[in-house]
Amino acid sequence: MSQADPQGRSWRGPALATGARAVGLAALLAVAVAFPVIFPNPVVTNYGVFTLIFVAVASAWNFFSGFSGYISLGNAVFFGSGAYALGIAARDWHVTGTGVFALLPLAAAVAALIAVPLGLIALRVRRHTFIVITIAFFFIFQLMAYNFSFTGGSTGVDAPFLPWQAQTYNNPFYYIALACAVGAIALSWLIRRSRFGLQLRAIRDDEDRARGLGVRAMRVKLSAFVLSAAVTGLVGAVWFFYLTQVQPPSGFDPLFDLSVVLMAFLGGLGTISGPVLGALIIEPGQLYLTTTFTNGYLSEILLGAVFLTVVLLVPRGIIPTGGEYLRRLTTRGRAAIPAAVPAVPQAADPAQVQEAQH
Amino acid sequence: MAREIYQAIVDGILVGGVYALMAVGLTLIFGVLDIINIAQGVMVILGAYLSYELAARWHIDLFVGLLVTVPAMFVIGVVIQVAFIRPLRGRERTSMTLLVSFAVALIIEGILYQIFGADDRQLSASYVTSSVHVFGFYLPYIYLYGFALAVALVAALYGLLYRTGFGRSVRATMQDETAARLVGININRVAAITYGIGVAVTAVGGMMFGATNSFNPNSGYDLISRLLAIIILGGLGSIGGALVASVFMITLESIVDIWQPQWAIVVFYAALVLVLLIRPTGFFGRQPVRAQ
Repeated sequence: MSQADPQGRSWRGPALATGARAVGLAALLAVAVAFPVIFPNPVVTNYGVFTLIFVAVASAWNFFSGFSGYISLGNAVFFGSGAYALGIAARDWHVTGTGVFALLPLAAAVAALIAVPLGLIALRVRRHTFIVITIAFFFIFQLMAYNFSFTGGSTGVDAPFLPWQAQTYNNPFYYIALACAVGAIALSWLIRRSRFGLQLRAIRDDEDRARGLGVRAMRVKLSAFVLSAAVTGLVGAVWFFYLTQVQPPSGFDPLFDLSVVLMAFLGGLGTISGPVLGALIIEPGQLYLTTTFTNGYLSEILLGAVFLTVVLLVPRGIIPTGGEYLRRLTTRGRAAIPAAVPAVPQAADPAQVQEAQH
Repeated sequence: MAREIYQAIVDGILVGGVYALMAVGLTLIFGVLDIINIAQGVMVILGAYLSYELAARWHIDLFVGLLVTVPAMFVIGVVIQVAFIRPLRGRERTSMTLLVSFAVALIIEGILYQIFGADDRQLSASYVTSSVHVFGFYLPYIYLYGFALAVALVAALYGLLYRTGFGRSVRATMQDETAARLVGININRVAAITYGIGVAVTAVGGMMFGATNSFNPNSGYDLISRLLAIIILGGLGSIGGALVASVFMITLESIVDIWQPQWAIVVFYAALVLVLLIRPTGFFGRQPVRAQ
């Protein structure tokens, strides 16, 4: 625990900081819990469900890719596999009604099982090659979903019918998605605080040196990859049951991959609150745009344009700038505790690089 | 059966030549700028739509139209590089450039949808539908012309890279950017022109793709995933590797296509994964750079 932040804790009134943070988090959680009560309109709770789903998957993406630096553009593989696993299990075992929810752990297990061989192959290579291999996996899975008979081909799989009132239909899903989101955030927090998280970040900074210092890189990377896949698969199953259907292009969606990465980048790669904030900004925005501009393409253009603008306005990347700003916001001016260690080399690094580039 | 296999091999080589041209553009961009241009696929489709417009509106022949579309794509490439990619600096540059090119792809795709809709199109010309009978093989003229053009352009690119001063600057930048800057090479200029060239070849690739396949604004994803598989298999940054891998992969796909058309593309990726299990750097890849 204390290895992650040897400095910092002692000289910044830690009790006060932790107290204020706990109160703030409790208030946020209370707002999230009360949200469907305050806004019972199904249109609004629909936004809530999707946003929480993306909070969960962006956090899950981040505690592998953000911490380890292995940018995965193939997490839709696990999202879609979770969705299909739930759908196929419910269909073949004739599970109906709320009993389907009991199958959610199965979806997580299936996604984790799929992640083991994929991780063993992909994690042998680094940087661009890793990214491209995850994209290749993504396309393989989409094609398999189209071509196998048990996945229902291009018609996909339908979820069992839930005989619930339309007015309150979204609410149970909202709370399940909230539980997933809180779970994913808590998991990120635990990982970041642990020796395991420290090893992941050591791999991000310099994998060869980390190995030299005794980090079992493959084992650490694979564990994080599988854990991330399990959470993504679980959330994918919830998403599927909520939408009641999945087809190959919706379960294995390239835009899903991009959105998740974008959320983490927008908020701050490798931070805990970053992907959450990114999801809270991007997902409602995306939903709003797709419902407002019915042809859907304008929202695509706008999404791309917004992202380019952000990158241009913050040329050295949103991560340091946005991350510091975010930390200043959440800590109200006090130096953030987790930032104490990486802040020094990070601040020096871009300046050096910039000097070298000019 | 043997006939079909021979025909598949011939087709694979001819189509592979065109893929090689697109892949060389992609691997060149990677080698010089150290970025993966995800937008390459949708740029090919943009090139196809440009050819389509020229042919449909002004009845300009597909090959003649390249005189317009290639420079146009070059300019688009240079503008994108200068406006969006050059400003990126620092530690997360690799991932940022990837996302920027993904964002560019989204914007281009959205604009194409906005203008042309989601309908499938195909480029048409007299030589697209007719074919020639050589040694018992039926070869559509478009494949022959396209292959010849692709070979000529790849040869021209090779000449540019290995026989000119500019090419020497490009290769120097590929090897060591800092050292290249120290000996007085204008890195920014090299990067912008290389990106422009890498994008310009998509105009030719797009015309060929559009003439031999039906396309819509969404077709770019399928293309870019194939191109990525090809350049990884060949070894990132290796031009010769991109050539070999293109022909190898497309031939393999067209052979599998004889028996199992719907699985052909899966075999494509499976081959990639298998090769990487044995050689993580691809056929002709350099050793991975230490640290990240």
